[in-house]
Amino acid sequence: MTTEATRAEVCVVACADTYRGVGEILGHAVGIIPTLGARLAKLTFAPNLVMSDGEAFFMHTPPPLGKTASSGGVLESWLPFGKVFDVLATGRRQSIMGASQIDQYGNQNISLIGDRSHPKRQLIGVRGAPGNTANHRVDYWVPQHSTRIFVEEVDMVSGVGNNHLEGFGTGLKYHQLGQIVTNLCVFGYGPEGRLEVVSVHPGVSLNEIEENTGFSLATSEVPTTRIPDDEELRLIREVLDPKGIRSREVPE
Amino acid sequence: MSDKVVTAKEAIASIRSGMTIGVGGWGSRRKPMALIRELLHSDIKDLTVVSFGGPDVGLLAEAGKIKKLVFGFVSLDSIPLDPLFSSKRQGGHIETEEIDEGMVVAGLRAAAQRLDFLPIRAGLGSGVLPANPHLETIASPYSDDVYVAMRALNLDAALIHVNRADKQGNGQFLGPDPYFDELFATAAETTIMSAERIVPTEKFLDEGSFHTLFINRMYVSHVVAAAQGAHFTSCEPDYERDEAFQKHYVESARDPEAWAKFAERFLSGPEDQYLAAVRDFHQGRSEG
Repeated sequence: MTTEATRAEVCVVACADTYRGVGEILGHAVGIIPTLGARLAKLTFAPNLVMSDGEAFFMHTPPPLGKTASSGGVLESWLPFGKVFDVLATGRRQSIMGASQIDQYGNQNISLIGDRSHPKRQLIGVRGAPGNTANHRVDYWVPQHSTRIFVEEVDMVSGVGNNHLEGFGTGLKYHQLGQIVTNLCVFGYGPEGRLEVVSVHPGVSLNEIEENTGFSLATSEVPTTRIPDDEELRLIREVLDPKGIRSREVPE
Repeated sequence: MSDKVVTAKEAIASIRSGMTIGVGGWGSRRKPMALIRELLHSDIKDLTVVSFGGPDVGLLAEAGKIKKLVFGFVSLDSIPLDPLFSSKRQGGHIETEEIDEGMVVAGLRAAAQRLDFLPIRAGLGSGVLPANPHLETIASPYSDDVYVAMRALNLDAALIHVNRADKQGNGQFLGPDPYFDELFATAAETTIMSAERIVPTEKFLDEGSFHTLFINRMYVSHVVAAAQGAHFTSCEPDYERDEAFQKHYVESARDPEAWAKFAERFLSGPEDQYLAAVRDFHQGRSEG
């Protein structure tokens, strides 16, 4: 009998589930738990998922967690940065990205905090978030669910939210926000495009989620997030992350 | 056959204040750092810089060389942020055109093709358009789509660093990724290319297949021999990123007093002095 799943393992499975039914596309995942999720999806229900080493190579078998092809694994193709832009333009990609801020309509910010001409904190920049959200499905991973991250309105829209799709004809027809997996819950989007709680991780109360979210949530009874099954737990613990690196992102 | 080999100083002398320059590499990878260090020693200023930004941006910003930065990100890869760039931005000292990194690519492609713009979906609906009111959208003549009309990023000069070059200006990359060096070169009036080693043309295929011959001499005006010319960024397979030195750069950059010491020790003299100071830094660590 396997021991009970940790919170990190519940999050891995929730990330994996964002890749259900995707077919033969590039599973792009930023962070340890999203990477484990994508790799778990590939080993179970999404065998055709394509995975990169985060640099220039597609991997037949992955490198050690957090490392690139130079540290191991088997290459299957070469995709330098220049070709990544071509792949996302074809739509054959799905991302789990991080976020410094996310607002009630799923706008994401990784650029800066404060005023853009004189920011309080300069962060990494919008990177590829505008292009990703304009071209293919994007999900987000938030390891520390807090009112600092979940804000009423983001300071610089990097990933495009559901309230900014008007005014470009059909230009944003490929925009699709999937889910937001946090250390407390899984969010989806309601009919108005606003965040709503889809499921709550075991041991978390709705109250705790409301207290750590900087905008109102129309909450009602929601189910508990899916628990990993025994085979998924075995794959996570013995095959994908035997060193337990996942607990660095979500401590037990 | 033309011989384009000059010193870094002679090459940088072709850059003028107020120019728009593109910097090759990506983040903290194969950046033309020897050329950047030479720029730091010059009195050139008011540059518009286009870069997939790494420590090139931090150093140029700190030295007051940048009037405007066109970028999608600035990162040191193994360390997410460059403190020199962050502090200049937070002080409101740099004008920015912050755009999606795919838009940077589209702008360079437009420039390379001598077009005013190229359409791209990236940027629609994001904060990039309100932040850059000079960027327009354009309606498709064939459907109801509207796209960003990404304006050409015409460069006066491009600076790139490659693994091998010949005297005529052909360049070879031997690492995992060519990055956008060729695009920078084609988008620029003139390109300065530094190389780890200058080799006879007939020796190119000794180290890599013909697929690695990515820069041709039509695009290159000056060739500079610069061993360790990407230091402290990576230049695989010649060397990996110097992580210990990058960490020292970042720690120094966080504190003005420590930065003054760093600049005095590493950035006050010519390139050979820099490389000697770096050797000394590593020796001090292994003894310490």
